Amino acid sequence: MKSSRNVMTFAGGIHPHGDGKSLTCYTPVQNAPLLDKYFVILAQNAGKPPIPVVKKGDRVKKYQLLAAADGAVSANLHSPTSGIVSNIRDIQGTHGVPTSAIEISADGLDEADSPFAPIPDWRHADVDILKQRVIEAGIVGMGGASFPTHVKLSPPEGKSVDTLILNGAECEPYLTADHRLMQEFPEKVIRGAAILGRILNIGNIFVGVEINKLDAIAALEHYAGDYGVKIAYLRVRYPQGSEKQLINAITGRTVRSGTLPMDSGCIVQNVATCAALDDAVTLGIPSVERIVTVTGEVVVKPGNFKLKIGTPALEAVRFAGGITEEPGKLVFGGPMMGFAQRSFQVPVCKNTSGILLIPQKQAYNFESSGCIHCGRCVQGCPMNLVPCLLSTAIEAGRFDLAAENHIMDCMECGSCAYVCPDHRPLIQNVRHAKAELRKQMNASKEK
Amino acid sequence: MTDVDNDNIKLPTGEKLVLSSSPHLSSGSSLRKIMGGVLLALIPQIAASAWLFGMRALFIIFYTAVCCVAAEALWCKLADKDVWRNISDCSACVTGVLLAMCLPVTVPLYVPPLGAILAIWLAKQVYGGIGNNPFNPALVARVGLLIALPAAMTLWTPSRGMKQTNYPEKQLFYTAENIKKINNGEPLDGVSCATPLGVMKSIEKITDRSFKAEDNFTELDSWEMISRYAVGDRAGCLGETCAPALILGFFILVILNLINWKVPVIFIGTVMLITGTVNAIWPGVSPNPLFHLLNGGLLLGAIFMATDMVTSPITGRGCAVFACGCGILTSVIRLWGNYPEGVSFAILFMNALVPLIDRWCGKRPFGFVPKREKVNAHE
Repeated sequence: MKSSRNVMTFAGGIHPHGDGKSLTCYTPVQNAPLLDKYFVILAQNAGKPPIPVVKKGDRVKKYQLLAAADGAVSANLHSPTSGIVSNIRDIQGTHGVPTSAIEISADGLDEADSPFAPIPDWRHADVDILKQRVIEAGIVGMGGASFPTHVKLSPPEGKSVDTLILNGAECEPYLTADHRLMQEFPEKVIRGAAILGRILNIGNIFVGVEINKLDAIAALEHYAGDYGVKIAYLRVRYPQGSEKQLINAITGRTVRSGTLPMDSGCIVQNVATCAALDDAVTLGIPSVERIVTVTGEVVVKPGNFKLKIGTPALEAVRFAGGITEEPGKLVFGGPMMGFAQRSFQVPVCKNTSGILLIPQKQAYNFESSGCIHCGRCVQGCPMNLVPCLLSTAIEAGRFDLAAENHIMDCMECGSCAYVCPDHRPLIQNVRHAKAELRKQMNASKEK
Repeated sequence: MTDVDNDNIKLPTGEKLVLSSSPHLSSGSSLRKIMGGVLLALIPQIAASAWLFGMRALFIIFYTAVCCVAAEALWCKLADKDVWRNISDCSACVTGVLLAMCLPVTVPLYVPPLGAILAIWLAKQVYGGIGNNPFNPALVARVGLLIALPAAMTLWTPSRGMKQTNYPEKQLFYTAENIKKINNGEPLDGVSCATPLGVMKSIEKITDRSFKAEDNFTELDSWEMISRYAVGDRAGCLGETCAPALILGFFILVILNLINWKVPVIFIGTVMLITGTVNAIWPGVSPNPLFHLLNGGLLLGAIFMATDMVTSPITGRGCAVFACGCGILTSVIRLWGNYPEGVSFAILFMNALVPLIDRWCGKRPFGFVPKREKVNAHE
């Protein structure tokens, strides 16, 4: 294993110029004032959405269970504040389609009533109790995938996991939520990692941080020793925070195509997930709020805000002082992999790391005239694919050729489209082909 | 909850929101910037050609570029394509300048329009325009013109330095004194001469190519001649003679990340390796490798033509194979072929192989483990 003083990295990738982090990385996290209404979307986790346990007109306290997990790959939802369930209806979701949400009218008291007690002595607590807490508290991956965390904590029989990696790379431009979290609440992050290590029975714990966050690294190092956690310095390179690239950079292991990180003995968790886990265990509060970067060149006072789940984007922009001009794009997440939204009414979810407003002049659809085979996408691809030829095959309808050339290994990081001088719709094509291939696969299964 | 200064806050309405796929950022590179970079890298050689061959060189370069842009515009007009979008990416302009680089300064004015039609129509637009052409348009035009109009394309005139000082007679019969002798003391209208590679070829044809004939090329590849070639002081096409200017262009291209540096380096390296080996073993067959480096279109072809993004392979390994092939073919044509120059034929031939090379030299995806044997046990 490499020494932790080395700056580690992976092959390929890009370095976005003007990454926009300086807009928000120097200002402390601000608490947001209480709103009148919150819209808690049910389908916040990967897998099955939870089933509501409250009905219209019910009085709820802060932290009270709103919806219970439906099956193993699902996560509980809790109330962000006290008030009345004023409606359960379809609203505009984060993926562009209407989705079911619980509308809470706040009573302004913010009265807390946690369904479970803190476990201050987690070092000696039963592992099953800790695991149960992760399930109860509705912890999901807060880096973007929102995969229920407890699923990752139960490796199947025969798979041994020896390394836990905390993802503090935050390689997405503009986002600084994880940066501020690590700098202002380092102990939560480190302790959350230690709790995860205890659950998984792993002593080999790394926090991977890109070296553009030296102040956060210094804050983490203050606590790292006490909890037996190591800090891994990462080169500033997108997509450094991708699971496979992170594992490769820190441990030198290669996650084989078509397998899970677990198969290479590694588990990766986002730092925000660890902080939420620490809250759930040591304070006994479920996951109902997160730090969100509200940023963009058109935002008056960009910054990081502790937002309750269910805060509409419009209110988040209001906390950030409004706008200077009408934005051309609203993105949930970072600019490289985030989702463009239809409306400012879309609420914050557990995986919303950023709310990014993009000026109109940058928000038009490019026209493409033809691939000139410059090969920049090939240099940029962290998965060693050849995006330009894949895309040409897809445009010709040759999904079989795309599959043969490993299109399923693409993680849609967008490095290729970022560098493309012709602004080809490379990622759109990849998504199209993946959907088409899945459809074909399902059709052949049914036969 | 209402803020105190709520009224002063301007909030978005969401009316202008664009929905599109990620990524929402772009590096800001564009075809126009890439082509502009290539033109920038050509400026040293353009200046050198004006200095070596006179102001007519500048006129020919400008005229050829205009012809190519006009050919592109005319085709787009006829084919009902967006004219401005197609010419504003500057690719036709680059093709024009590169084509001019392959013409002699004496070229008749009807040649560049013919070349433009060959380059833009036959080599580029019939395949579907930018990005779809299998062959380098400028080279297709050059080879087409060379075959159709050999006399006009090979009428060389002496460069600046050759007129002033005495040159070996085999290369330039009409030195200052000779001219006066021939024309009863009166100056001539024009003077033509041969390129060093042409001289090499004629020596090969008239002399006994016995492997022991060590003095076949002594007048061509002496140190004095090499030092003259090095500054571009020889007959040749507009863009191929001045090595320092071309090498400066190479560094500009590499710094702007417009070419894969491996292509020129491997191309030239292969030619020098082969000619050097042949020269060492049979000095009567080939002049020394420095002669080959500095003569003909090797530098121009290796730096500006073989590196053309559209017609060269995509992966690094593919580029290495491609450049190596170019080098081998160039050497073979120069030493044993019928034409004195082989760079353009070599590049065009390798262009044709690019799709195959791309297939052979693919990349192994991160985490991909090739199956050594097919496992059919469970089926």
